Amino acid sequence: MEGNGFSRRTVLRAGALGAVASALPLVNVHGQNAGGRLALGLWDHWVPTGNDAMRKIVMDWGEKNKVQIELDFITSVGNKNLLTIAAESQAKQGHDVLAFPTWEVHAKSDLLEPMDDVMGRLQQKYGDLNPITEYLAKVQGKWRAVPAISGSQNKPALARFDLLKQHAGLDVREMYPAANKAGPGADNWTWDAFLKAAQACHKAGVPFGLPVGQFTDATDWIGSLFHSFGATLVNEKGDITAKSDNVRQVLDYAKRLCSVLPGDVFSWDDASNNRALISGKSALIFNPPSAWAVAKRDAPDVAKECWSFPPPKGVNGRFTPYLPYFWGLWSFSKNKSAGKALIEHLSQREQAQQMVAASNGYDIPPFGSMTDFDTWETEGPPKGVVYNYPVRPQHNSKQFIACNPAPPEIAVQMYNQAIQAKMIARVSQNGESVDSAIAWAQNELEGFQRG
Amino acid sequence: MSQGTLSAPTAPAAVSPHSTLRRLARRNSTTAFLLTLPLILLVLGLVVYPFLYALYLATLNKRMTKFIGIDNFTFLFSRQTFWDVVLQSVLFAVTAVVVKALIGFILAHVLHALPAKGQRKWRGMLLVPWVIPPAISTLAWWWLFDPSYSAFNWALAGIGVDPVPWLGQAGWARFSVILVNVWYGSPFFMIMYLAALKSVPDQLYEAAAIDGATGWQKLRFVTFPMMRNIISITVLFSLIVTFANFDIVRILTNGGPLDKTHVFATYAFQVGIQSGDIPLGATVSLFMFPLLAIFAIFILRGVNRRTKEMA
Repeated sequence: MEGNGFSRRTVLRAGALGAVASALPLVNVHGQNAGGRLALGLWDHWVPTGNDAMRKIVMDWGEKNKVQIELDFITSVGNKNLLTIAAESQAKQGHDVLAFPTWEVHAKSDLLEPMDDVMGRLQQKYGDLNPITEYLAKVQGKWRAVPAISGSQNKPALARFDLLKQHAGLDVREMYPAANKAGPGADNWTWDAFLKAAQACHKAGVPFGLPVGQFTDATDWIGSLFHSFGATLVNEKGDITAKSDNVRQVLDYAKRLCSVLPGDVFSWDDASNNRALISGKSALIFNPPSAWAVAKRDAPDVAKECWSFPPPKGVNGRFTPYLPYFWGLWSFSKNKSAGKALIEHLSQREQAQQMVAASNGYDIPPFGSMTDFDTWETEGPPKGVVYNYPVRPQHNSKQFIACNPAPPEIAVQMYNQAIQAKMIARVSQNGESVDSAIAWAQNELEGFQRG
Repeated sequence: MSQGTLSAPTAPAAVSPHSTLRRLARRNSTTAFLLTLPLILLVLGLVVYPFLYALYLATLNKRMTKFIGIDNFTFLFSRQTFWDVVLQSVLFAVTAVVVKALIGFILAHVLHALPAKGQRKWRGMLLVPWVIPPAISTLAWWWLFDPSYSAFNWALAGIGVDPVPWLGQAGWARFSVILVNVWYGSPFFMIMYLAALKSVPDQLYEAAAIDGATGWQKLRFVTFPMMRNIISITVLFSLIVTFANFDIVRILTNGGPLDKTHVFATYAFQVGIQSGDIPLGATVSLFMFPLLAIFAIFILRGVNRRTKEMA
């Protein structure tokens, strides 16, 4: 060592410093992921900017809370999300948090972590939720998932206000202005008035675009129609109640309505009604504002004549079709605390506001107190086109999922097998009698009652 | 004399473990087993295990918490919709396979008769429907059949014909799904039959010509008997694939209108995945097995009989 210029003390000090320095990144890495790892499978949004906004919210939260995030957006096209849920529930591994479509919470409730603590805090802060979320996500008194903002949608009427005024004499912008009040004529917006308008528009060559096939857009508006008439096929106890005057009346009404719809509505899918409106061939559809958003891009002349407003009412009331998503945490998740914390974070008003803005007003938060975001006031043209997309007090409407109030395990089968739409098709397309359609439905419903 | 016979053990007690292994490795049967092992593992993992698992699932209740024996099967027997699905599956598969076989047979003969120079070009073009992923080609067909903007209807309107409800009425919808399946599957028959045609010895035709046979007689008494086995095997193979078809019906009609185009796979998906009853979905899909087994027994029995006759 002689003559090398380093003392023993210098070498030891350098060694110690080196050891500390080399250990620092380890400490640092550990600090970055102190909250562990969280794998998320969220819904792949129809609106492309919806995914970007969600990614930013989630990643910012992960960074702040030192949680390593793995984020997948899973499409509902081709039921890819249902297949993922089925596979993960069988394998009991996969993501920690998943976005569950409408009926999946009940189906997988045994494998979902209770969320009562999260829901308790959210309800305390933001008030009441719409009862449909409770029907779909509360199983045996326990919340098994949290109603999601991203992906949840209403399907009110979306119509060409110019055509309705011209051919049916309805000024829907006056009836339902972009303001916290209902205008003249809103009280008379009934299914009878709807039928008259449909007849007038059919005569004018711009028929209403209402699908009567086996896809969700058909099931949703038909579900609301049935409930408006008080036509319940299965009650909350699970008893079949299809043989009733209300069911006969709604089928009779639907037959008259179908006679003024395009002849091919029985084979329409979820895109057919959008195309009918965007192409200018139809005066009215039931849909979220996605059809208007596409028209804004592809057919601006059509888009600027569009207006969203509530569906008509019947003897039992007015019911806006509603299709919610839920955020659920698997019970086999290895990071439940982080999963719950993130879901609670996503459900806060600030995040809801961001998601609504990013989706051009498409997303519907589950809390009534969150329907005052300015996105719905400012979107256009025409300005205020989606103001009446969320259900507002002046609408006198309730959000509704088709096949409610049947127990969810029966309702999911009724919904996915489009029982109500098939009843209408039998009467309208096949020319069967109302009683024959009811007898057919009773037989199918008996099959759905098995446990 | 086989390697196995040459290396047959003589005194097991005196043999060391090393030499036993070496002898085992030298046997033809061992080599054959090892070579087929990857395939055996694939079949076990991708065919046998899923089949047994489906059988297990079919014995569970809807929430998969309880063993219910054959209740799922008896339940299906009591449903009219299920019997409609059985009928439609058979109608779909049998009609599509017969038409595909017929078109394939004709196309193969036309191609065979073409001069060798241009044959490859035509063969390539006729194979195009078969090489396009069916999900994509079916989407293109869907645009042609689209309820409101059908290109076919647009063309029909040009000659004054009323629009056809391609996907909106039971009869037309069944026709449409079968048509797309035929379009997609005919090239497979064509290529198989073409291969069979090329293997028929020319001497047989020459002998038939000397005997004064007409074109039809050559087809009836030479070509057809020589192709019967390949026709049978191709029909069986296509029946299996067509029976299990999912994408065409799913994309074109989703089983509608009024469930009149549902086949086993789409109905199983609707019941199992969409309606949350995986055991019942598995039960529906299992019904393909006995039906296909019946077809397979009849077809393979014929093949065996003819093979023995030829031997």
